[in-house]
Amino acid sequence: MTEVKEKKAKPKGMTVPRQPMPELPVEERLKGFKEVALGYPEEIARIEAERCLQCKKPVCIAGCPVNIDIPRFIRQIVEGDYQGAVETIKKDNFMPAICGRVCQQEVQCEAVCVLAKKYEPVAVGRLERFVADWEAAHSGGQVKLPTVPPPTGYKVAVVGSGPAGLTAAFDLRMAGHDVTIFEALHRPGGVLTYGIPEFRMPNYIIEANVDFLVRLGVELRCDFIVGLTATVDQLLNDYGYDAMFIATGAGLPKFLYLEGENLCGVFSANEFLTRVNLMESYKFPETDTPLIVGNNIAVIGAGNTAMDASRTARRLSKGRVRVIYRRSEKEVPARAEEFEHAKQEGVEFFFLHAPVRILGTPDGWVRAIEVQRCELGEPDESGRARPIPVEGSNFEIEVDTVINAVGTSSNKTLFQSAPDIQRDKRGYLVTDPATLATSKPGVFGGGDIIGGGATVIKAMGDGRKAARAINEYLKTVPPKRMQR
Amino acid sequence: MARILKRTELAPKIVELVLDAPDIARQHKPGQFIILRPDARGERVPMSVANVDVARGTITTVIQEVGVTSAKLCAMKAGDEVASVVGPLGRPTHIEKFGLAVCVGGGAGIPPLHLIAKRLKETGNYLISILGGRDKRYVLMESEMRAISDEVILTTDDGSYGKKGFVTVALQELIDSGRHLDYVLAIGPPMMMKAVAEVTRPHKIMTVASLNTIMIDGTGMCGACRVSVGGKTNFVCVDGPEFDAHLVDFDEMMKRLRMYRTQEQLAYERYLQHAGACAG
Ligand SMILES: Cc1cc2nc3c(=O)[nH]c(=O)nc-3n(C[C@H](O)[C@H](O)[C@H](O)COP(=O)(O)OP(=O)(O)OC[C@H]3O[C@@H](n4cnc5c(N)ncnc54)[C@H](O)[C@@H]3O)c2cc1C
Ligand SMILES: Cc1cc2nc3c(=O)[nH]c(=O)nc-3n(C[C@H](O)[C@H](O)[C@H](O)COP(=O)(O)OP(=O)(O)OC[C@H]3O[C@@H](n4cnc5c(N)ncnc54)[C@H](O)[C@@H]3O)c2cc1C
Ligand code: FES
Repeated sequence: MTEVKEKKAKPKGMTVPRQPMPELPVEERLKGFKEVALGYPEEIARIEAERCLQCKKPVCIAGCPVNIDIPRFIRQIVEGDYQGAVETIKKDNFMPAICGRVCQQEVQCEAVCVLAKKYEPVAVGRLERFVADWEAAHSGGQVKLPTVPPPTGYKVAVVGSGPAGLTAAFDLRMAGHDVTIFEALHRPGGVLTYGIPEFRMPNYIIEANVDFLVRLGVELRCDFIVGLTATVDQLLNDYGYDAMFIATGAGLPKFLYLEGENLCGVFSANEFLTRVNLMESYKFPETDTPLIVGNNIAVIGAGNTAMDASRTARRLSKGRVRVIYRRSEKEVPARAEEFEHAKQEGVEFFFLHAPVRILGTPDGWVRAIEVQRCELGEPDESGRARPIPVEGSNFEIEVDTVINAVGTSSNKTLFQSAPDIQRDKRGYLVTDPATLATSKPGVFGGGDIIGGGATVIKAMGDGRKAARAINEYLKTVPPKRMQR
Repeated sequence: MARILKRTELAPKIVELVLDAPDIARQHKPGQFIILRPDARGERVPMSVANVDVARGTITTVIQEVGVTSAKLCAMKAGDEVASVVGPLGRPTHIEKFGLAVCVGGGAGIPPLHLIAKRLKETGNYLISILGGRDKRYVLMESEMRAISDEVILTTDDGSYGKKGFVTVALQELIDSGRHLDYVLAIGPPMMMKAVAEVTRPHKIMTVASLNTIMIDGTGMCGACRVSVGGKTNFVCVDGPEFDAHLVDFDEMMKRLRMYRTQEQLAYERYLQHAGACAG
């Protein structure tokens, strides 16, 4: 780069490097489930915030799926107005402590940051997390409640307590409706609770967000499976709900249907992570749900789920953990930071290998996994290079545990009792893109149940969009309880 | 959360709990099951529904103590709260007028038969119940089953009550007597269900088994409950719990049921020591 003589000093974004995230040392991490990324201390947050160019036409806002006014909240950090910064974010995103931790900023707001072209982008996600954590630390554990408008007389059912459901519940409550969240599991939070591990997404944060909703007057009914404990029609008719938001996620594990997949020691990542996160089996026998982690673990896939599973396995086993992925390092779909952390924590990566079958011992346990080398071909429908297996390149890797993290699909439970709700070939909800209305009047849907596994922020964006549409819809119908 | 309204010990280490669960009671259909989680640290375990009272809003489940979680549940008293009761789960039993239907239940497998057998009878089937237990005490719910069956055959391993021998012996005799069986339902230990399938296989009698795999969520979310049926992987919690017994890979299922045995035994011993310490 040629040195240009300038009168004014170069903006800090160009001269000051992006501030690294303080992290727990690797040895400490592997001892347990403590959060790895520690968060910016105030001074560092200020330095990082000052790097923002405060562009006249900020492109980062459009890079954010919920269009947070990023330059404004960053300016407020520079000014020391942290409460103001939180409020700016919360206008568009009511759970910044969560998004600051798990959003894939490198492909969203930070990807389009003007600085990213020549320098390093502003660490938007880390700053978001900073203000959210600041608020939590300065509110004595209970974030201030906004005022709920007077009751409208409408009742809305939210099915599923993942990020989509929680966001919709908040917005609907803030419109004055009675809101009930129905959750199939015994703890709320969806993937945030049962999927994403404590070292990345501490439970107290989800609990604080749920507690906030409950204090706002949202009713939470866990252990309630819509479709089984009550059907959609029963909720709308007998229970008197005026509208419904379906946010049941894409929770069904996919299997590869390989030979040997039902051997003992083969798990879906969902099972492995659910045992650890939801059932807290890493405390067994203090808790009652057992867990098997071998000494030689293969994780299939390289998305966020595979990173979470392999890093969890590293913490629970003294043995080797290998991620087997049929594409190359370049195509790894996981959040960059998690991939980096996995490597730091000693997870080994086996790129360009596809599993062929799983081999067992005579008593039914995993003994080895047979893999085949792959080469990369032309891009496929997903836009990523297609892996092409190389004939005759098969070999066995000795393992005692296989964790399958190759993706998820939609859960049919709710829909079996509601055939009038239209779904696509893969079982996902068909909705109007503008309103997220389903084919059934008064029923809306969002999050991973439309289109399949995506991101936390997409789910939250859907929750917000649907809440707005539900508010509009309710203006067109009288409250059911009035009719009685 | 659900309150225990009544607790009855039916036999040593077998306890009947009546739970206050109006939503589940209203929705339950024969063949569906529930998941219970005794307390905050507890495991989620599947249990069958032995009886339902829609008017009172109660469901009844009969639990056999085999490990920590069933022991915790068996030790609970009337008035206690079970942390989670979820359901009704799984598909209801496919019931039609088959003709001569035989329900085969072993021990703790008898209570789960009750509502299905009752519905089979109500649907116009001629119902024979073969009920077996280790000894007389384990032939559970005999009077309830008698009330709905056209014929009842009892067996005990030691011959202390009814015929001596396993339920499969009685089933074989029934077939050998020349009667034409149209439908057989087996619920009990996997070994028993496997044996029933082998008895009926040569005669091509439609045979259904209610599988009791390990489960976590019970909604299709984890895959812990998977079994091979006719070479295809099925999830017992959402595709079952009942499957064509002639197609189920019982050997694989039994291996998978033993998967956590080491941990389970350790935990159970710990629990018993602790329980003993409390009592002493
Ligand atoms: C291991 C893992 C790691 C991930 N990491 C990231 C990440 O770092 N960043 C990111 O942006 N995204 C990540 N994702 C994706 C992200 O978590 C999801 O896109 C998001 O959680 C979807 O939100 P949702 O609200 O649609 O559904 P979910 O979070 O799936 O929640 C759905 C809820 O509905 C409940 N439910 C289902 N059926 C019923 C029913 N019939 N009745 C009642 N309740 C029901 C479920 O129990 C569940 O609690 C990850 C996903 C996984 C699995
Ligand atoms: C659909 C369904 C319905 C069921 N209905 C009933 C019922 O009505 N009454 C009842 O008592 N039990 C029933 N079971 C079995 C019950 O779920 C298990 O006995 C229970 O999970 C054991 O938990 P535990 O912690 O007490 O024992 P664990 O410590 O988990 O196991 C102790 C011992 O029991 C064996 N075991 C574990 N799980 C099972 C299982 N699912 N079936 C058989 N053996 C097992 C283990 O191999 C081990 O040797 C049902 C299971 C299913 C899937
Ligand atoms: S119990 Fe989890 S999928 Fe069946």
